[in-house]
Amino acid sequence: MKIDQNKLNWIYKKLFTIRSFEERIKKIAKEKTVPGYLHTCIGSEAICVGVMSALNDDDWISSTYRNHGHSIAKNCELKEITSEIYGRSTGLCKGRGGSMHISDFDKGMLGSFGIVAAGPPVVLGAALQEKINGGTKMAATFFGDGAIHNGAFHEAAGLAKLWDIPMLFVCENNGYAEATATDWHINTKELKDIAKAYDMISYQGDGNNVFEVHQITRDAIIESKAKSTPIFLEFKNYRFSGQYEGDTQLYQPLEEIEEAKKNDPIKKSIEMASEYNFSPDEIKKIQADALNEVNEAFEFAETQPWPKPEDALEEVYVNYPKELLI
Amino acid sequence: MRELTVKDAINEALVESFQNDKSVILMGEDIAGGKGREEYPGTQDSWGGPFGVTQGLLTKFGPERVRDTTITEAGFFGAAVGAAMTGLRPIVELMYVDFLGVCFDQLMNQAAKMRYMFGGKQHVPMVVRTVVGAGFRAGSEHSQTLYSLYTHIPGLKVVAPYDAYDAKGLLLSAIQDDDPVIFMEHKRLYMQKCHVPEDMEPIPLGKGRIRRPGKDVTIIAIQRMNLFAEEAAELMAKEGIDCEIIDPRTYSPLDENLIFESVRKTGRVIVVDESNPKCSLASEISSLISEKCFGDLKAGVIKITAPHTPVPFSPPMEDFYIPSTKKISEAIKKVYYA
Repeated sequence: MKIDQNKLNWIYKKLFTIRSFEERIKKIAKEKTVPGYLHTCIGSEAICVGVMSALNDDDWISSTYRNHGHSIAKNCELKEITSEIYGRSTGLCKGRGGSMHISDFDKGMLGSFGIVAAGPPVVLGAALQEKINGGTKMAATFFGDGAIHNGAFHEAAGLAKLWDIPMLFVCENNGYAEATATDWHINTKELKDIAKAYDMISYQGDGNNVFEVHQITRDAIIESKAKSTPIFLEFKNYRFSGQYEGDTQLYQPLEEIEEAKKNDPIKKSIEMASEYNFSPDEIKKIQADALNEVNEAFEFAETQPWPKPEDALEEVYVNYPKELLI
Repeated sequence: MRELTVKDAINEALVESFQNDKSVILMGEDIAGGKGREEYPGTQDSWGGPFGVTQGLLTKFGPERVRDTTITEAGFFGAAVGAAMTGLRPIVELMYVDFLGVCFDQLMNQAAKMRYMFGGKQHVPMVVRTVVGAGFRAGSEHSQTLYSLYTHIPGLKVVAPYDAYDAKGLLLSAIQDDDPVIFMEHKRLYMQKCHVPEDMEPIPLGKGRIRRPGKDVTIIAIQRMNLFAEEAAELMAKEGIDCEIIDPRTYSPLDENLIFESVRKTGRVIVVDESNPKCSLASEISSLISEKCFGDLKAGVIKITAPHTPVPFSPPMEDFYIPSTKKISEAIKKVYYA
């Protein structure tokens, strides 16, 4: 597979940035220096980066409460992401969203939703807008295996097919829906088969292999646009993190975690680096650069100002008498 | 005297209800958690919901009655309605009240209306347990209370206990009740302890409680707001203002008489509600007081609520959002010296 050198550099940089970022988040979660729930995506890096590397910068996506990787891969400003997680006024959402709702509309992020399966219908709407207005932006909605049962996903899938909407339904099958294993709950052997009910094209790939994710997504975008049809993508990986930081993860068998480590997407990417003509030193350099950026982002966030209490009253509406808010 | 946390009191009420009535079942997301397969012993039942409230139930009562569901609120809420109509007493867990939107139809149109609309031949004895409340830095989609959305719907009963004693007694009642009951648990109260006797009778729905007797000012406090009302009452006692705190505990049916009796005594009232202000419990209760006790009032009723905004994430803004002891104290002085 031919990928241009700039993109290759970008892919490795983003993979390492996400991993370093989430490791740092895990650390501060233990220290309890950050307010609120933190959901890390260790194990999802290849899906975040692989899909985003096939999308254009201004394409639309939606994410979930596990959104740090998507936000980083969508080129949101790392310092502003971190500042948001710290609840500071210079955060991407001015401190109103927090870790679960990191979003940057200017970067094509329609939103990170705290409600499971809230994203697919919203992304369907953005893709519909592109179709009606003759736009060319692709739209991709990220969701986990847990969302696959939910009505909102099914309704969006049905409409997308019915209306011939080019868009991607990107299912990250990481083995766990919150604290319950996917295979306890699933009625079909393969999640991608769910698309059959809607006569929707679907593909499945190794979510730990960033290049496989990239290629499947790249091909799917071309096919989706050419045929004006939605496509369902299932990428299998493993959720090394708990549902949120502080989760005891007792529901995940230790031997299963150990086994999954063999396919860790970062480890796998490093193993594949030589195929793309990276020397070990070059990889180390990219890793070090990524870590530096992460460290700088956290140093930045820690020193940012808090919002003022009454900032809570800002931007509830576009137009509304403010005195009626309180 | 035995003390229990709210969390453990709720678990105990569930266990007793399961033991006493074979028709009680529980459904919800991650209420057990685990791998769901025999080759992974020890993984099942390791969660018990995000706050561990239902931990142990799967082990005690088995997967037939304790059903860890997929993330499908509309599906299992609807299933609870049908199961309730035909002979079971389902308890369903809505992990956070904010997820109500996903399944509201099954509650608002189906559970609430069936008895009335279909001629009174059936009833729907189900309980919705759900987690409410701000103060957890959990952002706009995991922090609401939404008390009034449920209270507005004819056919639903609404319960919101403050302490462990009330939580146990009211949940026992809710499960035995023949109507659909929404049982709201505040995430910031789960670890609060108080005395809960080993043998406890159910507390009837629709009965409020005087948490602190007083003669000068009535504070009607909703769920967690009892905590701040008590702090404010303590502060004001030092200034010579004697506050009475009423905890209605259930909002449909509401113990109107308990409220009116207190208002007739003090003539000065504050209603404290953590919810958004418009069409809230605070506005409902203050309108009832204005209507029924107008002649007894010595000052206008003051409502202390959150502003008309979503719950913000960042601590300074969330603290601004939640009614505070300071705001309540200022209101007490305002009505007292009016």
